[in-house]
Amino acid sequence: MPKILIRGAKVLGGEPQDVLIDGETIAEVAPSLTAPEGAQVIEAAGKILLPGLVDLHTHLREPGREDSETVLTGTKAAAVGGYTAVHAMANTFPVADTAGVVEQVWRLGKESGYCDVQPVGAVTVGLEGKKLAELGAMHDSAAGVRVFSDDGKCVDDAVIMRRALEYVKAFDGVVAQHAQEPRLTEGAQMNEGVVSAELGLGGWPAVAEESIIARDVLLAAHVGSRVHICHLSTAGSVEIVRWAKSKGWNVTAEVTPHHLLLTDELVRSYDPVYKVNPPLRTEADVLALREALADGTIDCVATDHAPHPHEDKDCEWGAAAMGMVGLETALSVVQHTMVDTGLLDWAQVADRMSVRPAAIGRLAGHGRPVAAGEPANLTLVDSAYRGVVDPAGFASRSRNTPYRGMELPGRVTHTFLRGRATVVDGNLT
Amino acid sequence: MKRHLISAADLTRDDAVLILDTAEEMARVADRPIKKLPTLRGRTVVNLFFEDSTRTRISFEAAAKRLSADVINFSAKGSSVSKGESLKDTALTLEAMGADAVVIRHHDSGAPHRLATSGWIGGSVVNAGDGTHEHPTQALLDAFTVRRRLIGPDAGLGKDLAGRRITVVGDVLHSRVARSNVHLLTTLGAEVTLVAPPTLLPIGVETWPCEVSYDLDAVLPKSDAVMMLRVQRERMNAAFFPTEREYARRYGLDGDRMARMPEDAIVMHPGPMNRGMEITAEVADSPRCTAVEQVANGVSIRMAVLYLLLGGSEPATTPHAVTPNTVRPEEAQ
Repeated sequence: MPKILIRGAKVLGGEPQDVLIDGETIAEVAPSLTAPEGAQVIEAAGKILLPGLVDLHTHLREPGREDSETVLTGTKAAAVGGYTAVHAMANTFPVADTAGVVEQVWRLGKESGYCDVQPVGAVTVGLEGKKLAELGAMHDSAAGVRVFSDDGKCVDDAVIMRRALEYVKAFDGVVAQHAQEPRLTEGAQMNEGVVSAELGLGGWPAVAEESIIARDVLLAAHVGSRVHICHLSTAGSVEIVRWAKSKGWNVTAEVTPHHLLLTDELVRSYDPVYKVNPPLRTEADVLALREALADGTIDCVATDHAPHPHEDKDCEWGAAAMGMVGLETALSVVQHTMVDTGLLDWAQVADRMSVRPAAIGRLAGHGRPVAAGEPANLTLVDSAYRGVVDPAGFASRSRNTPYRGMELPGRVTHTFLRGRATVVDGNLT
Repeated sequence: MKRHLISAADLTRDDAVLILDTAEEMARVADRPIKKLPTLRGRTVVNLFFEDSTRTRISFEAAAKRLSADVINFSAKGSSVSKGESLKDTALTLEAMGADAVVIRHHDSGAPHRLATSGWIGGSVVNAGDGTHEHPTQALLDAFTVRRRLIGPDAGLGKDLAGRRITVVGDVLHSRVARSNVHLLTTLGAEVTLVAPPTLLPIGVETWPCEVSYDLDAVLPKSDAVMMLRVQRERMNAAFFPTEREYARRYGLDGDRMARMPEDAIVMHPGPMNRGMEITAEVADSPRCTAVEQVANGVSIRMAVLYLLLGGSEPATTPHAVTPNTVRPEEAQ
């Protein structure tokens, strides 16, 4: 593999540096390097160089729903979005609740070559919330699972949740909770509030999320475990996590790009592209989430990339599937909502989208400094770019993006996975 | 008038008064020996019902037939829809058959909106009740009934409901009738008060352009019309209220309560009534109760809506109905 010299990129948004990649690692970082004989030179003046992004929350749909996404198409989408590692959620068919299924997903990720795929294991058998899945077997498998989640469903039984939190301590695992009190959300179709009252759609109240988060941070404190909160969506949830962190409890949380930008006012169109779980909330929630991501109360951005085939969105609201694709637009939305608003600088973006998600997932080789000797997992961003989102060009197999036709800033021009370019000039290799 | 009738909120005061005035003309047709107008001859109206509602369907059917339209009734039960056909494919089928208007009743809030905005069909869409969202023709017939009773059939022409106090009682949370009425009655200048146990009011109701009360007895003396909503007994099982009897005691309208209403005030009910639950037989059968009149008025209102959407302002043949191979009669000569 020829050496690669990335010339003049602003590392983490700082002073321009030259970065030399040799094989799978970063060989040298300095203000000015001479290109070695035969090296490929990438002129990157003005661009931002970040560690490869890490997603804690991706639905790759394989096995079972290959009509919406496969590990291959999903990892291509991830690479286009600047990701070098994704955590594949367990709600596949069959559910990833055994060593066999997580190893299958892990192997498909290896074969794809576009992005590391770290399978997430189900907490309970069949995501049914009744009986613990073989968490230890999934951890001991080739997939080396450390993050466990019934995402899509809440581990609502307090005893099961307690046991899971305790059990995974043996191998430094973490339970990622989809916080949704099931009884309070029966028939829920959108955020409960002014808009749902008018539209006559079943309400998904904030308290259904907040009550579970409150319970789970208390449980985690009680048993001395760490807990991760998936796709936190309300201002009240932020307050609870902030309080738990102030106590020194081991609580982490993620927010999705769409909850940083979109509100339930969009549901007035009854267009199911805006149907997502947890639902789009209010302007006040959006602002609270941005503030919490800025001050570190929320640790990281996770896409909750949820591909669905066209027919599952080309229908009436009540019949539509919940979820949005997000891998290919995440960084643009974060730039738009957090960087261009002055809430985060690029070093903090690297922290929220790479360093911390890798740390929560205990993912080796990712979220590392851009420094000599580190694995060359890198993302080069043209932050001056502005473009209109056109899902026709997505690498994902699905097109259910809420940003269609929206002008967003920023574009990933290059992604490197252990020194190999997966994206060059915005195109997959 | 717009091309579709999806929400009562889409109607301006003048739109609404025009519909009520047109309905008054239509009501006169009902008094003739031959209750039929040739207005919509050759036009096709499809009643697309995903939910059982014999009353609303036959009301629309009678309205379309009195305007000489061809009527096709498409019930989801026992059809391809119950075998998994999507709303989109159903819509494309109706479009291919040349429906000029689709009257849709659907269990999902927003389904008519989706049908009207998705590009699946070219004809007009009339919302005949969607989930817990809206039922605009019910609100129009209610407003029509109030205007006729409180002002008069002739005296009411051209008038709105400015200053009239209208109370809506019952399961507002699940009621598309209540939502449409709040929009329409306030557009027409009426003062609306909602009365319900707090469990049956939506979170967010405080932003609606109306008053809210938990106390029926306090509101009754200040009401020119009291609209009782149907309350489903099953709600009891979901803990919206403890028992049927407690609901009837606190929110039901009986003879004693009716006596506290102003002398000329009327009692309304969209039907079907739960006698003994939200309304006693004594009230339901009293001359102050307009439930049966509302049914008759419903046909007039639906005639007015179909007439204004299909015949009132647009040419007799809509472009979408002409396929490339079709030669217009006038061109064939």
